[in-house]
Amino acid sequence: MAHDELTPSDPPPVESPAEGQADGRSAVSRRALLTGAAAWAGATAAQAVWSPLEAAPISASKPAPGTEDTTRIPGHPPTPYGKRSAFERDLRLAGATSSLAPLQALYGILTPSALHFERHHNGVPVIDPARHRLLVHGLVEKPMTFTLEELKRFPSRSRLTFIECAGNSAGEWHKPEGRTAQEIHGLMSTSEWTGVPLALLLREVGAKPEAAWMLAEGADAGAMTRSIPLAQALEEALVCYAQNGEALRPEQGYPLRLLLPGWEGNANVKWLRRLKLGQAPFMTRDETARYTDLMPDGTARQFTLVMEAKSVITSPSGGQQVAPGFVEIRGLAWSGRGRIAHVDVSTNGGRTWQPAQLQDPVLPRCATAFRLPWRWDGQEATLQSRCMDDTGYVQPTRQTLVSVRGVNSVYHYNAIQSWLIAPNGTVHNVHV
Amino acid sequence: MCTSKRRLARSVLLCGILLTSGTGLLGADDGPLGLGRPATEAELRAWDIDVAPTGEGLPPGQGTAQEGARIFSSRCASCHGVTGKEGPAPQLVGGQDTLATKHPVKTVGSYWPYATTLYDYIRRAMPFPAPQSLAAEEVYAVTAWILAQNGIIAQDAVMDAVSLPQVRMPNRNGFTQDPRPDVPAK
Ligand code: HEC
Repeated sequence: MAHDELTPSDPPPVESPAEGQADGRSAVSRRALLTGAAAWAGATAAQAVWSPLEAAPISASKPAPGTEDTTRIPGHPPTPYGKRSAFERDLRLAGATSSLAPLQALYGILTPSALHFERHHNGVPVIDPARHRLLVHGLVEKPMTFTLEELKRFPSRSRLTFIECAGNSAGEWHKPEGRTAQEIHGLMSTSEWTGVPLALLLREVGAKPEAAWMLAEGADAGAMTRSIPLAQALEEALVCYAQNGEALRPEQGYPLRLLLPGWEGNANVKWLRRLKLGQAPFMTRDETARYTDLMPDGTARQFTLVMEAKSVITSPSGGQQVAPGFVEIRGLAWSGRGRIAHVDVSTNGGRTWQPAQLQDPVLPRCATAFRLPWRWDGQEATLQSRCMDDTGYVQPTRQTLVSVRGVNSVYHYNAIQSWLIAPNGTVHNVHV
Repeated sequence: MCTSKRRLARSVLLCGILLTSGTGLLGADDGPLGLGRPATEAELRAWDIDVAPTGEGLPPGQGTAQEGARIFSSRCASCHGVTGKEGPAPQLVGGQDTLATKHPVKTVGSYWPYATTLYDYIRRAMPFPAPQSLAAEEVYAVTAWILAQNGIIAQDAVMDAVSLPQVRMPNRNGFTQDPRPDVPAK
């Protein structure tokens, strides 16, 4: 699918030096211009890009990688830690305090760890796991500290779950702001997470019966804190040290994070160093000044923790190019309240709907993939998806959502996304 | 936020979850696993920095807006603006009576429900390039300056562990509980 999106002005695939940069593409182009084009004035633009990145300069005797007959040249030997093919170029879109996952370029439900969205409040800390401690105190019988090794000895649990930033899609409250699925909805990702059930940890320290709230604090340069209502959190909460089979990525809280399946991302405190039990919420800045939802009457909703059901068609989606004929409409649906029960797709802006097929597995509080086979006749079409979860909650239209909450609540935007396919096959974010 | 009845219901529920998930997760063995070690006083002192709306957690010390003015202009104004309004970092001052308008301005003065949160947040997270570099007296002083600049306390009001929790924030009653699901299916 990534290749469908190639346009003539795109540079050809490059080796990983450009990865991780916000503007990987333009960085490469610049480099190509500065070194390549100057040194190899006669070469085509495509060849010039390769020259600065290869050990040896391009010469007539060494064709560009990928252009040779691979059945005639030995490949490279095994490597200790793999990386993706140099031809794959999809990147997170990084801003100052967050980066967005390229939803339109992903397959299935899992987000590769390196592409999992990020959001942090004062950078990603560098933490030595051997020195990291988790302190659990407050309304407990025994205040205790735990090392990573000790936490890994506890009975473990793994589960697949999405994490979505409460501010995902926030630009859409006012107008169709983002261009692509990534720009609009990229603050959502799915991983397999492994860790200690919070309930076991609290039993170890002897949580007192009057404890009703838990402060979770990170070891980042904001010492980010949130208050967690225990009764709602305990059944599913994990203190995680692993993501997709290996240690957490630094951007995801290495070496330890809280996981509250289905709750807004910010409550899933990363770089977790302290849990304190108390009777009442601690009223931290990120649950008062931020992550509260301002209503038209000037009041604000607090502790709106669950992410409600939402879906988005990831292909075809904004910025892509559709060709007439067969198109598999693909997308993701998720709900913080449970399982996705049903997804409908419309190709005429919501006038009629068809049920989409759900791809197994369909797990609670986890992204679920859906698809619908379709033939595009080359006429203008507006694609929408609408999901329902197993509580019966139906994803609202933008109009209905805004009629209840106004446009200034910033957080928890989950309205139906509309993509307009123009007769020339370009796809655009629109509000219908 | 929550009534004592609700609190009681919650703790009963909590006990239930702890007990059931305990047995559910571990089978017959119900006791602690013997992992971890008791926290030391030093560990608690170094990390237990949160401040609750009751004032619990506030350290000794005090400060006034007059003292805070100097700290704000040298340590904060470059990002938040000389009067706390100009930015580019979040606006800290003003915005009163804008919350129900088309262009709400959410600041400490217009939006924050607790003055204790201001102490807690500045102590742990500001100044942005050097968090946790201010002494307790400096945090009190700069907290007082932001409150006074918003017209919430007097220039010479002394902020300390007793007075700060008593500061009445204009938007103290502006918050409601989560009513969702609130949007009807079409
Ligand atoms: C280098 C720039 C910078 C400096 C200097 C700085 N801040 Fe900040 N401040 C920020 C940024 C950026 C944020 C937003 C952080 C976030 O949202 O995670 C912020 C947020 C805040 C907030 C919370 C605002 C809100 O509405 O949530 C307060 C209060 C605050 N700063 C106070 C201070 C004080 C007091 C000082 C001086 C001691 C200070 N800041 C110095 C950049 C700065």
